[in-house]
Amino acid sequence: MPELQVLVFSTNLISDVGIDSAGLMHFPYPANTTIIRLPCSSMLRPEWVLLAIKSGFDGVFVAADGSDCPYLKDCTERTAKRVDKAQRILRENGIEPERVKMAAICSVCAEPFANLIKDFIGSLEKIGSVRRER
Amino acid sequence: MQKNDKKIGVYVCHCGGNIADVVDTKKVAEEASKMKGVAVARDYMFMCSEAGQKMIEDDVKNLKLDAVVVAACSPKLHESTFRNVMKRAGGNPYMYYHANIREQVSWVHEHEKEKATEKAIREVRAAVAYVATSEPLEKITVNAEKSVLIVGGGIAGMRAAIDIADMGMNAFLVEKQPFLGGMTAKFDQEIFPYGKDSLALVKDLIDELKKRQNIAVFTNAELEELSGYIGNFMAKIKIKPRFFREKCKDFNPESLCPKKVIDHETQEERSAIMMPPFEGAYPEVPAIDTNICDFCGQCAKACSAIDLSQKEEILEIKIGAVIVATGFETYTPKQGEFGYGTEGVITLPTLTKILSKRGYLTFDDKKAKNIAMIYCVGSRQQEGNQYCSRYCCNAALEAAISAQKSGTKVFHLFRDVRAYGKNELLYERASTGGSVFIKYSQDSPPAVIKKDGKLTVKVKDLLTEGKEVDLDVDAVVLVTGMVPRENEKLNSIIKVSVGKDGFYQEVHPKLKPVETMISGIFICGTAQGPKMAVESICSASAAAAKAASLILKGYTELEPFVATVDPALCSFSGDCIKECPYNAIYVYEHEGSGKKARVNEAVCKGCGACVAVCPNGAIQLKGLRNSQIENMIVNAGGFYG
Repeated sequence: MPELQVLVFSTNLISDVGIDSAGLMHFPYPANTTIIRLPCSSMLRPEWVLLAIKSGFDGVFVAADGSDCPYLKDCTERTAKRVDKAQRILRENGIEPERVKMAAICSVCAEPFANLIKDFIGSLEKIGSVRRER
Repeated sequence: MQKNDKKIGVYVCHCGGNIADVVDTKKVAEEASKMKGVAVARDYMFMCSEAGQKMIEDDVKNLKLDAVVVAACSPKLHESTFRNVMKRAGGNPYMYYHANIREQVSWVHEHEKEKATEKAIREVRAAVAYVATSEPLEKITVNAEKSVLIVGGGIAGMRAAIDIADMGMNAFLVEKQPFLGGMTAKFDQEIFPYGKDSLALVKDLIDELKKRQNIAVFTNAELEELSGYIGNFMAKIKIKPRFFREKCKDFNPESLCPKKVIDHETQEERSAIMMPPFEGAYPEVPAIDTNICDFCGQCAKACSAIDLSQKEEILEIKIGAVIVATGFETYTPKQGEFGYGTEGVITLPTLTKILSKRGYLTFDDKKAKNIAMIYCVGSRQQEGNQYCSRYCCNAALEAAISAQKSGTKVFHLFRDVRAYGKNELLYERASTGGSVFIKYSQDSPPAVIKKDGKLTVKVKDLLTEGKEVDLDVDAVVLVTGMVPRENEKLNSIIKVSVGKDGFYQEVHPKLKPVETMISGIFICGTAQGPKMAVESICSASAAAAKAASLILKGYTELEPFVATVDPALCSFSGDCIKECPYNAIYVYEHEGSGKKARVNEAVCKGCGACVAVCPNGAIQLKGLRNSQIENMIVNAGGFYG
């Protein structure tokens, strides 16, 4: 794969709306991103991050709801636990744990999302692409 | 049952040029046609148009498609449109996925057209992977009780109760205070823009309530417990004793009470006997304030209508929905905030009360000649309340007009005057009536100084290049806004989420403006955020209509995206039960194989938190199974097959 690829997990009611708002306001961010929607970021099964890396992605960005989550008050802590575990799984598999990052994206977080994803891709470029065996 | 040879249709929308100017939609359709299971892939100018919808409908019928993917705008706009197309075509509306290639592709990657096209292809690949493993789903149907509990007897709660009753349902209106009316009854002032007296509005609503047989009003009452789910809630209402059987005939019982306290709200002396606060108040029967009364019994000896042996009652009711209309509190400035605590410095609610009682403001027994109003006190702050209270500018203008009538000159020290819509007329009336407007900056707020018994306000006027102005005034009015009510107990009972500002939060300001994440619980009025009276009433009617739309049929339909347990995989770790924020999962004995977890579908919100923690992957979301997500990841990643 010539270019780094990033998988983004968004949430139906909050962070996906924030990512949409980046579109509405035409805030560009790199196109080497793919977005998959979940109801709430706390649904993320940690092993899905490893699966994403094995499937061709070089990094996973979890766009969590933060304190705006309509389902859970402690959504951030719960999602952080999933990400923590995902990092442990990556480490166990010889993959840099920095390949997964989480940030709270609110429903109007257009510019913050664009900036965060740019920064994340920037930090991934430093460690490079994942070496995979097909 | 899943079948692996699904026939899938993929439809790529140009959205005029919105998508097609950036994304090579033809190429996306061409690539899609090569994907496994795809029987037809087309691109078209506007998929959401009648012709576009018809095209998909015909394909589903003629080509016998099992599932459809539309790649277009955000699913927030047209996902439901295309689910309905599936339904009309005789398919299942949940055998559908909406890929977002406008907001999340063409509008953000205008300068990387080729890569944008590649991204659109990845999104379509993921969508096809999703529908390839999707299964038909049905909405969940549950019976619904045609009764609604309304918490809060202010103007919003009363309006909601009347609307509920008029739609043929039963309304239970519960008010914590001994009398109906809420905050509106406390501010006896004109309500803009229709010039109606606020107390008259409260009385009108009370009269309407009384006319309806299917409204039960409980004052001095609180919600104690709420269990169940949409259509089938059980509520426990605690009714505190009034200690009055009826009105005392021909005399005012207030004088019978030896206890005297200063009411912190009205600053007037009162006894433990609370009389109806205005003519036409409901109920007409007085109540005893147990925070003050020491049960000396003097009143009961003098009046047979008083019964000090009355006990608290608990009432259990079955309801289908709940409307929360608990209102607001006014912001109380901190000591020293713009001179608060100094004599002559008052808040807007206090001014309003004085004006409604006397028609003018006095200072040392003389009519106030000059007053200064300082706007945005406790609102739009960098720390503390960040929000705009939206009603206060208008209420201040209204009070200024009223004060001007008695010859008082009003200086408005504002940051911005948000007299929106028809309220603009208020600004004009205040202006032409002699009000002086001085704009200050948040960085250099006005200073209130009291020296030798005289009040002076120093302010830098932005409109005259920051010139410092000294205003000698008789009174300073702090224009304070609304703050959320402290409802800790209620919050723990209803579990509706509270937003950043401390008010109850709706699911979406435009798409679901009075709905909460708890199906069957609605919010309205100022409990949801600062509102003018007119807006409160509107939201109350909206909440009543929304509640009716869910339960009036006698049954209600829920989205099928709920968790479900495969008992064969469940080893009953109990993790899902601990993780569930809604107590939707319970344990049961599975025949022959012991304890298993099971989901109450009507209670489950489909957040998926349980999915993440199940050690065996036994609990999954319908409509977004683990295999579907995994399929999407693998296919979008490109290392598939």
